[in-house]
Amino acid sequence: MSSLRYESQVRPPLVDGKKSYHDVTEDIIRPIEAAPTRAWWIGFIISLGLLTFGIISVTHEVIYGVGQWNLNRTIGWGWDITNFVWWVGIGHAGTLISAILLLFRQQWRTGVNRAAEAMTIFAVMCAGQFPIWHMGRVWMAFFVMPYPNTRGPLWPNFNSPLLWDVFAISTYFTVSLLFWYTGLLPDLATVRDRAKLKWRKAFYGVASFGWTGSAKHWQRHEALSLVLAGLSTPLVLSVHTIVSFDFATSVIPGWHTTIFPPYFVAGAIFSGFAMVQTLLLVTRKVLKLEEYITMEHIEIMNKVIVLTGSIVGVAYLTELFISWYGQNKFENWAFMQNRVNIFSPYGWSYYLMMGCNVLSPQIFWFKKMRRNLTVTFFMSVIVNVGMWFERFVIIVTSIYRDYLPSSWSTYYAPSIWEVGFYMGTFGLFFTCYFLFSKFFPVIAVAEIRHILKKAGSSYKENMGDIEKESVEEFAHEYAHAH
Amino acid sequence: MAIKKFVVGYFEEEDALFNAVKKVRSAGYKIHDVYTPMPIHGLDQAMGLRDTSLHTAGFIYGITGTTTALSGIGWIFNADWPLNFGGKSHFSLPAWIPITFELTVLFSAVGMVLTFCYLCQLAPFVRKHHFNLRSTDDQFTMVIECTEKSNETEIQGFLGSLGAKGLNVQNAETGWWLGTYDKDKTPFEHKGTALA
Repeated sequence: MSSLRYESQVRPPLVDGKKSYHDVTEDIIRPIEAAPTRAWWIGFIISLGLLTFGIISVTHEVIYGVGQWNLNRTIGWGWDITNFVWWVGIGHAGTLISAILLLFRQQWRTGVNRAAEAMTIFAVMCAGQFPIWHMGRVWMAFFVMPYPNTRGPLWPNFNSPLLWDVFAISTYFTVSLLFWYTGLLPDLATVRDRAKLKWRKAFYGVASFGWTGSAKHWQRHEALSLVLAGLSTPLVLSVHTIVSFDFATSVIPGWHTTIFPPYFVAGAIFSGFAMVQTLLLVTRKVLKLEEYITMEHIEIMNKVIVLTGSIVGVAYLTELFISWYGQNKFENWAFMQNRVNIFSPYGWSYYLMMGCNVLSPQIFWFKKMRRNLTVTFFMSVIVNVGMWFERFVIIVTSIYRDYLPSSWSTYYAPSIWEVGFYMGTFGLFFTCYFLFSKFFPVIAVAEIRHILKKAGSSYKENMGDIEKESVEEFAHEYAHAH
Repeated sequence: MAIKKFVVGYFEEEDALFNAVKKVRSAGYKIHDVYTPMPIHGLDQAMGLRDTSLHTAGFIYGITGTTTALSGIGWIFNADWPLNFGGKSHFSLPAWIPITFELTVLFSAVGMVLTFCYLCQLAPFVRKHHFNLRSTDDQFTMVIECTEKSNETEIQGFLGSLGAKGLNVQNAETGWWLGTYDKDKTPFEHKGTALA
């Protein structure tokens, strides 16, 4: 039996408060059964307001064209594509936590994976808005789909990174959604079986697909989760790689860089974890889930942030070095004049990016800072501001002064409609997140039950019998169990 | 589907459940199913369930996706409408890799989830008999089918001796159905003595 439960004593518990299985169910399902709080309503209405602002802005853009965003012939990609890459990046943490950490058998993921996956799905939904509405004639959006059509045998260009993006983002969204929802089925069944109200029983009855918890179903569920994790792991790396190809395969100085794929992926994980921290710090407080999303979880995520932040820092310095070492005049100009020169029109944004993404996360080398909630929350916001500026720097500073000085852009600033569109995606994101946190279990209940007897505090304190077991005996049992 | 008679016992500890599964099997009773609130590793082996082939299905769906992408793009760019991209080869395999990879993953994931739902008979509006509502909360429920050879009091006594915390007998249809289902129309006892 012990091999099923072996976990090092050195590791702190992942579930505090000596919980039983029933306590876990109670704690996580209770917020769903209670009436929404005042704070929830206020947050929800603000989000709906932002969403409305976004819808108005997009309507304005559809009627009058993308010129309404202050885009011009020199700056064809401004805030919109910046926001697209930013949201896609945020949408990477969920799958990283649920897939890659599942493969690496990281048990702490169980406390945070459900909310992180939900966040991923909503972030990808927001990201998808930008390329779609940026098409201008959005009613032609179906042209990107390859199907035998009536426009002559006109196919999309399968050699184009922009089409790769269509496939990558839509696949990523679909697979993340399936992964998330199959994981939700057992927990929705828990809500259904506890429900007293008729509508709740009916709603969760439909939503849980008639899940019973049969041993055979669990066996298939485990196999499915493992294979989906195996598929999602290269998928999540491919998505931001392909997004980086949008830039890296072009011949624009500043974009034409082979380091982009790993650098974008590290940045995506960096900003994704920061967004997870922002959301979960609030969620655990409001829903009183501090015993499930413990200080331990927060510290681990801060370690990921300092690691990926430093990888991003190395990437910034590498591309800077290469732009000098490569001795290409145009490349050199893009970096040294358009970015590093603080007196150039957008020089400030380069230093903002460096400060937020590379310097400030270094504070997490200190344990005290990693375990400080105020610092963590503040840093999680700073990191995402920095990551937004990273994309802004990459996109705008590479194109606003091109080969022909007469076509150099006058100072580019977004219009109210473009800002409104961006705010609107925040509205969409938080509207979805508020609905999710009200109607779905924000923590994977079944997975917490699964680790409870290995990593729960009540078990950790009674670990005596494993200590007595000899190493050979354990190895023998372990070999048989696997 | 016929209505059958079941003895339902629940346990509060996985260890007790494991022990009971082994004992019940060696005693020769027919375990209909075990319902647990979370996956329990090794329970499928203990119950003698065959390993799932869902992985194999996933692999087949995956290579279907690979083939679809490669043959589709290959046909379009070489046979249906060969476009000239700066004089480059029509058969430009490296540039097709991203889409090929994405379709492999997409086909595999969607196919596997649909297969999973089909095998487990999971879909919206599907209804099933739930033997113990707390088996999605904190109880491990073992359901043993009554056959001609076994009688319910004997099974109940046996399960009780293995540490089952609660026991009852239920007549249930084990399939799934849509819409409402009136259990009172076909009471089990009226069918005769054979416990099919």
